[in-house]
Order: sequence, then structure tokens, then C-alpha cells
Amino acid sequence: MSEYAAPDIRAGRLTAAEIAANFNDVKPPLDRKRALVESSRCFYCYDAPCIDACPTSIDIPSFIRSIAVNDPIGAAETILEANIMGGMCSRVCPVEILCEDACVRNHSEDKPVQIGALQRYATDALVNAGKQPFTRAPSSGKKVAVIGGGPAGLSAAHRLSRLGHDVTVYEAREKLGGLNEYGIAAYKTVHDFAQTEVSFILALGGIAVKTGMALGRDVTLEGLRKDYDAVFLAMGLGGVNALGAAGEEMAGIEDAVGYIARLRQAKDRQSLPVGRKVVVIGGGNTAIDIAIQSKRLGAEDVTLVYRRGPDNMSATHHEQEFAQVNGVKIKHWARPLKLHGANGAVREVEFEYTQLDDKGRLMGTGETFSILCDTVFKAIGQTLVADPLNGKAKDVLDMAGGKIAVNDDFATSIKGVFAGGDCVTSGIDLTVQSVADGRDAAISIDAYLRGEA
Amino acid sequence: MADLRSNFIGIKSPNPFWLASAPPTDKEYNVVRAFKAGWGGVVWKTLGEDPPVVNVSSRYGAMHLGPDRMIGFNNIELISDRPLDINLQEIKRVKRDWKDRAMIVSLMVPCEEDSWKNILARVEDTEADGIELNFGCPHGMSERGMGAAVGQVPEYVEMVARWCKQYTRMPVIVKLTPNVTDVRKPAQAAKKGGADAVSLINTINSICSVDLDAMAPTPVVDGKGTHGGYCGSAVKPIALNMVAEIARDPATHGMPISAIGGIGTWRDAAEFMSMSAGNVQVCTAAMHYGFRIVEEMVSGLSNWMDEKGYRTIEDFRGLAVPNVTDWQQLNINFKTIAHIDQETCIQCGLCYVACEDTSHQSISAKRVDGKRKYEVIDEECVGCNLCYHACPVPNVITMVPQNTGKPYLNWTQDPRNPMRKKAAE
Ligand SMILES: Cc1cc2nc3c(=O)[nH]c(=O)nc-3n(C[C@H](O)[C@H](O)[C@H](O)COP(=O)(O)OP(=O)(O)OC[C@H]3O[C@@H](n4cnc5c(N)ncnc54)[C@H](O)[C@@H]3O)c2cc1C
Ligand SMILES: Cc1cc2nc3c(=O)[nH]c(=O)nc-3n(C[C@H](O)[C@H](O)[C@H](O)COP(=O)(O)O)c2cc1C
Ligand code: SF4
Repeated sequence: MSEYAAPDIRAGRLTAAEIAANFNDVKPPLDRKRALVESSRCFYCYDAPCIDACPTSIDIPSFIRSIAVNDPIGAAETILEANIMGGMCSRVCPVEILCEDACVRNHSEDKPVQIGALQRYATDALVNAGKQPFTRAPSSGKKVAVIGGGPAGLSAAHRLSRLGHDVTVYEAREKLGGLNEYGIAAYKTVHDFAQTEVSFILALGGIAVKTGMALGRDVTLEGLRKDYDAVFLAMGLGGVNALGAAGEEMAGIEDAVGYIARLRQAKDRQSLPVGRKVVVIGGGNTAIDIAIQSKRLGAEDVTLVYRRGPDNMSATHHEQEFAQVNGVKIKHWARPLKLHGANGAVREVEFEYTQLDDKGRLMGTGETFSILCDTVFKAIGQTLVADPLNGKAKDVLDMAGGKIAVNDDFATSIKGVFAGGDCVTSGIDLTVQSVADGRDAAISIDAYLRGEA
Repeated sequence: MADLRSNFIGIKSPNPFWLASAPPTDKEYNVVRAFKAGWGGVVWKTLGEDPPVVNVSSRYGAMHLGPDRMIGFNNIELISDRPLDINLQEIKRVKRDWKDRAMIVSLMVPCEEDSWKNILARVEDTEADGIELNFGCPHGMSERGMGAAVGQVPEYVEMVARWCKQYTRMPVIVKLTPNVTDVRKPAQAAKKGGADAVSLINTINSICSVDLDAMAPTPVVDGKGTHGGYCGSAVKPIALNMVAEIARDPATHGMPISAIGGIGTWRDAAEFMSMSAGNVQVCTAAMHYGFRIVEEMVSGLSNWMDEKGYRTIEDFRGLAVPNVTDWQQLNINFKTIAHIDQETCIQCGLCYVACEDTSHQSISAKRVDGKRKYEVIDEECVGCNLCYHACPVPNVITMVPQNTGKPYLNWTQDPRNPMRKKAAE
């Protein structure tokens, strides 16, 4: 295999100006005029279908009417009451499969009200005005530990604090925010918005933060259960799936989530090394995001390979299209068979075409093809890292489908321990779903602490 | 092709679209542009006696609705603020150059016979086609005993109209103010005074909005505001009713009417003409969009007339007047009910909430296989039209007349009418 040249992975493929443009706000905010025009398109539906389609059930017609009557702060209060991360959600929600998909305007004209953009207009107005719309109820004297400072954890912490409980958030990483801070595509949340939102949430008070503190390493579930009246587990999915193809240990084969985290944290994106030819394996958000961001860092050819068809991808059609507009080539119906390289560095991926058999199961066709590359990004799903939960806990935490099992009230099999967000099975793994989980789990925890459940 | 030529009290114009007396007709420059754009005639901005009035700065207020600008408009401007001589010279010149267009001169002078006599002679010299007496301006001028201050007193209307008929050969149009309780009275007075026609409406007393920072009505003039004259689309229904009232009043029936108020499209014009207006005048729509709107007015009216088989305006003028009646003459046995077309319904639920909260609880809201379904409960529907108007999609809700098998019955004949019983007893 010595015919391979050394891989071409390097920093500075684009100028600073190009990088700045590529990682700028992908959907710039609406100005007052546009917001007015757009808000006037809302019919103010009764029993509005968009509300059902939003996992946090924001009263969308109400907030849009507030914008239309020039009360963006009131609009933001409506949004944040249901969804404390309404700001981030307005930037990252795949609205084309959520609220905007349900907009009745689709029936008569195929053009929904831009709910997400209006939501951003309102929440930005409130954040910029520096207004704190929430207060805490009188202290309940109860303490709750929240594990994980991502959307689920922070949403729960905020609601619990509002309800009068004292909350401590344990976060393994250096910063709060979870994937808002470390995972979401950079151009969706510019100007450090994740931290702005974290500060806004913490400004309520009653939420102590312990960053760099991991469950299983620094604290145990058993210990927390002793020290707190309830525990909320919201640690997301920290692990990644392996390809299961030969040669996976070579250099140049990277986990997409890890690379995105580095990209999100990089002070100078120009200094991030990126391959000239990049292959991405996977079909979800992460695959799309790493493909587009590689391209925007200056990769010459980016090919995303997915083992099934376009409709099976968990990335929405809109996201697939956006990748294509960004020059990403998407190949469906193929799976990696073998990774080839030289001197321990990957240079080529061999794929096998796939199809469905009579019973609808995925099978290889036996035919293969290869793509030359400098980098391979794995983006084939995240997994729950369950070790910290086991520890020396006497009680056993039930699992379901590789995630923490919970009932409708987000209670786990251990009394006083609740869980939500990506680490449980609720809806689709989305920011907005995690925020909904956190809020609803907090309401259940409150009932539990007050002896009602 | 429909023939849009208009002959209003002997004044001919290539189409029935005139610009009302206002800033669009303030001077030669505007009027020439208007004629180039295709307007059939103009009523020149109201002239008064010298020295000319002085206007304040900041003059207009407006009603906006969502992104729709200027659905209503108001102003605190006075009559022409340019010297009479200059206006008259310009009028003469423009009329000379645009013989086929109607040139009407609007006038407002103090309520003294000599004032009118003097100015009429000077206007005649311009060869203008007619005059319009501005008895309508509701602000400023009325404080000086002119405009609406005259228009609100039928005796004055009659007196001035008579003077004008006496001192000029030109046709006289009396422009009425809507700021009265019964517009028929000044119309009757105009007729008694010998006026050839009435035009209406002038603007309506109004405060468009309050500037909540300045805590003053808009337009704010150095911290203070005053009521102004309201016009634009929002006033059309008021104007339409007033025109209809005059058209069906036996005392004024048949009197030529030049309709004004909220007219901006061919359809507005057609509606006023169906209520007997011989022509229409436009101000706000032109101030909003410029003179070119006359093109769509001409083509729209002409195409609609072709479609309906009306060759001239006289073919449909006044056709709706016999159908304007008093409430007590309406058929109490007539029944219409709403129908929602399920194919095109977009499930916004607006019909439901409107009827449920504020009308007759006649629409059911169901979920069928998770999908929203709104249906009219026929037995409950009173045919009020609320849902029909609230529905944002055209033709989804229709009002369907029902065959009740009952004969025409009006309230004066209805046994449920206690007054009728008393009369019978
Ligand atoms: C690359 C990528 C892009 C995405 N893009 C979108 C998008 O555009 N739109 C969208 O809606 N969703 C998107 N998602 C999904 C979304 O980010 C997640 O659904 C959401 O963040 C889940 O929230 P969470 O709070 O459950 O978990 P996380 O956001 O993962 O937060 C979990 C937190 O727990 C901490 N933690 C983990 N283990 C421990 C421990 N043992 N002790 C203490 N702390 C711990 C983690 O450090 C982390 O901060 C994306 C996901 C990825 C990976
Ligand atoms: C700024 C402004 C000035 C006006 N000046 C006069 C005037 O001098 N004389 C007059 O008879 N009417 C005047 N009017 C009233 C208009 O001629 C017209 O009657 C009224 O605006 C209603 O028509 P519209 O709805 O098309 O604007 C004025 C209206 C406006 C908006
Ligand atoms: S949170 Fe997301 S889904 Fe819900 S209304 Fe806002 S943008 Fe739509």
C-alpha cells in the first residue's frame, strides 16, 4: 500500500476573512420590518397545530401576535415560560419537521410562517434588553442535584429553582451548555450565544454550578442520593458508535462529535487542521454538520456516505439539501467495509453497496467502490456511557434500549432519581425535546418533593 | 370594449376618475403629471381669499394595520397656501392645454355674498368647467367660520349655493361634510339652493393616534396636536352609506353625486356608481401610491363592465339603490347558513373560536384521526356571516341560502313584532 502519498491534513486552507464569512450566522436575524411582515402572516389560529408540533408546546400564535403588536418582550416571556432555551431552539430546531411543518399556511400556499425566525427575534429582544422575567417561589427547603449541564439539565435546574428548590448542577466539562456549547454547528449559534443563554438561565439564582465534576469520578449516585432530596440525570450521550470496519484504529479516522467540540471551542478556526479529501459516514445531524463544517473550513471534497436512502436519514430533507448547497456530495446505499492507509494513516475507504432484502433488512450487494481520503469522520450515533451510573450503587438503574428507563413522569427505577434528555427515550434527540424533558421532569420532581407523587 | 367616458352635470371627462381637491391637485406641476398619468379630471386644491393661509409643519397622521400602511389617513392642512393669482393663472394654463379633462375649482371664502361674488368672476376667467364649494374641511378653516362650520348648517349651505348659482354660469357642486348627524339635510339644502350636484364625503373628525412618548395626538406639532380630517380606505363604508342615503332620499333622489371617500380601486368606484354616483374622486390612494393607480382603475373597471355586458357607466349606475332599504323591510323569513368546504379548509380554527366565543356556538371542533375538523351545526347557525369574514382563505366558507318554503315577511308584518300587534289592536 506504499503507493499512497502522505495525507494532506492542514490548517489555514482559507483566509481569515473566508473563515469568518463561513462561520457567520447562517440565518441572520429578522429586523423589525421583516418581523412585522412575517408576524402579520400568522393567522392566530385557534387550537393551533404548530403548538402541538413543538415539543415544548410554546403558545406560538400568542407570541407572534405580541410581536405584531410591537411587544417583543411579551413575546419572549410567552416563549420562555414554555421553553427556557427558546433562544437556542429558535436557532437550532429543525422547524421544517416541527412547528413550521404544522403551520396551516402550508395548506394554502406552501409557505409556513417563519416561526423559528420570529422566536429568535423575540428572545433576542429580551436578552438584549437584559430583562429577567422570572422569580423564585419561596424556598421549599429541598435540594436537588442535576447531573449534566446541557439543555435537559439546565431546563430542569431553572424550573426547579423557580419552584423554590435549591439546585446544584454537576457538569463534567469545563463549561455548561452541553451540546449547545460543544456540539451544535458553529454557524447556527454565533457570538457565543450558548454562554449568553447559560448566564441568562443562571441569573434566576438558586442554581449552584460545579463544573469539572463528573458523576462516577468525583461524585457517586449513592452519595448524591444521601446529600440531596432528589437527583436528575441529564448526562446526554457521551459515547460514540464504532464503525466495525477493519482498520478503524488508523490515524485520520476521527469521531465527528469530538472534532466539532474542538471546532466550537477553537479561538481561531483558521488554525484547525482539516483534510483535503474528507469522508463522512453517517446520516444524522452530526454527519451533516461535520460535512458542512469541513467544507467551510476549506476541505476540497467532502463525501457523506449513508447506508440507506434519503428518507431514512435522521437529518431532515432541508438539512440534506443544505449540505448539498454547501458542496457536500451525498452517497446513499453504501456501507464501509474496510479502511486502507499507509504508515498508520487512513487514505482510502472501501464501501459496499447496500440494498434491502425481501424482508426489508439491510444487506450488502457484494459490489464495492472506494473513495480516497485524508480524513474519515465517524458520525453513526452517540451512546449512553452508563459506567458512572453503576459505580457502587446498591440500587440498580433499569435500562431500556441502551438508555435509562423512565416512566411518564421521568422517574427512573430508583426512588428520587429522575432522568431526561438524550439519555432517555422521549422523542427525537433534539435540543427542544431535551428542554421539554427537563421542564416536565422538574414538575414531576417538585410533585415528588412536595409529597404528591 | 366598455365606454368609460363620463358626462357629469355637463362636464365631460375621458373617464370618471377625478382627483379630489387636496395636495395632489395643489398646483400646475402635480395636475399636469396627473393628466399625463390618465386622470379624467381634477378638483383643484381649495382656493380662498388672499392673503393665503399658513400651514403648520407636521401635518399628517395615519392608521396602519400590521404591515398594511395607511389604511386610514388624516391631515391638519388648510386650504391652498399659495396666492390666489398664481393658482388662477395655473388653472387657466392647464385647462387650455388639457381641454378634454375636467377642471373643477374648489372654493372656500367667508360666508359673505361679496366674497363669493368676487372670487367667482375671477374663476370664470380661467375657463374652468365648474366649481366645488368646500363646506367640509373639519379643522382649522371651521374655526374661522368656513368649511365644516358652513356645511353643518343647512341654511348656510343653501344660501351660499344660491349665491353661486346667481353669480356664475359654471355648474356648482356642493361638497358635503360627513361631520353631521344626518347628511340628507345639507344635501337637501344644496338642492334647494340650486346646486347642480353634491360631492361627498370630505374628511371625518378624527385623532389617528396618540404618541405615547409625547403624550400628544399625532401629528404632533411641537408637543401639541389637534383633530384632523380622516380619509382613506377606512372611511369608504361611511361614505358609501352617506351616498346611498342621499340617493334614496325622495327629496334628493336623482341629484347628481360625485362620490369621494376611500376610493382606490375600480371596484370601489363601481360600488359607488352602483349607488348612483356619476363619477368618483380620489385623494388618499393617490397620495399613497402616486398617480399611476388610475391605470389599474381604468382597466379594471373596463374589464369588469365588459364581463358584465355594461357598455357605459349609465348602464349600471344606481342599480343598487332600489336594494337599499330600511331594516324593517327585510325578509325575516330569509335564511342563509354557513358551509365549510372540508377540501380547502386549512384548519386554522378561526371560524370556530369566533362563533364559539362571540356568536352562536354553531361550529363544532373535532379531531378525526388526529386531524382537526370544523363543521357548521346547521340547526344552530343564524347566518350571521362572522365565520365567513374571519376565514383567512377565500371561498372556504360560503353562505348558502336555504329554501325555507316560507313567503316574504317583513317586520312590520311579523306577528312577533309587538308594535304591529298594538297597531292591529
Ligand atoms: C453534532 C451535533 C449536532 C446537533 N445539532 C442539533 C441541532 O441542530 N438541533 C437540535 O435540535 N439538536 C441537535 N443535536 C442534538 C442535541 O444537541 C441534543 O439532543 C441535546 O443537546 C441533548 O441535550 P442533553 O441535555 O440531554 O444532553 P447534552 O447536551 O449532551 O448534555 C449533557 C451534559 O452532561 C454532561 N455529562 C455527561 N456525563 C456526565 C457525568 N458523568 N457527570 C457530569 N456531567 C456529565 C456533558 O458534559 C454535557 O454537558 C445535535 C447533536 C449533535 C451531537
Ligand atoms: C392632506 C389633505 C388635504 C385636503 N385638502 C382638502 C381641500 O383643500 N379641500 C377639500 O375640499 N378637501 C380636501 N381634502 C379632502 C379630500 O378631497 C377628500 O374629500 C378626502 O380625503 C376623502 O377622499 P379619500 O378617502 O380618497 O382621501 C384633503 C384631504 C387630505 C388628505
Ligand atoms: S421551540 Fe422549536 S419547534 Fe418549538 S416553536 Fe420554537 S422553533 Fe418551533
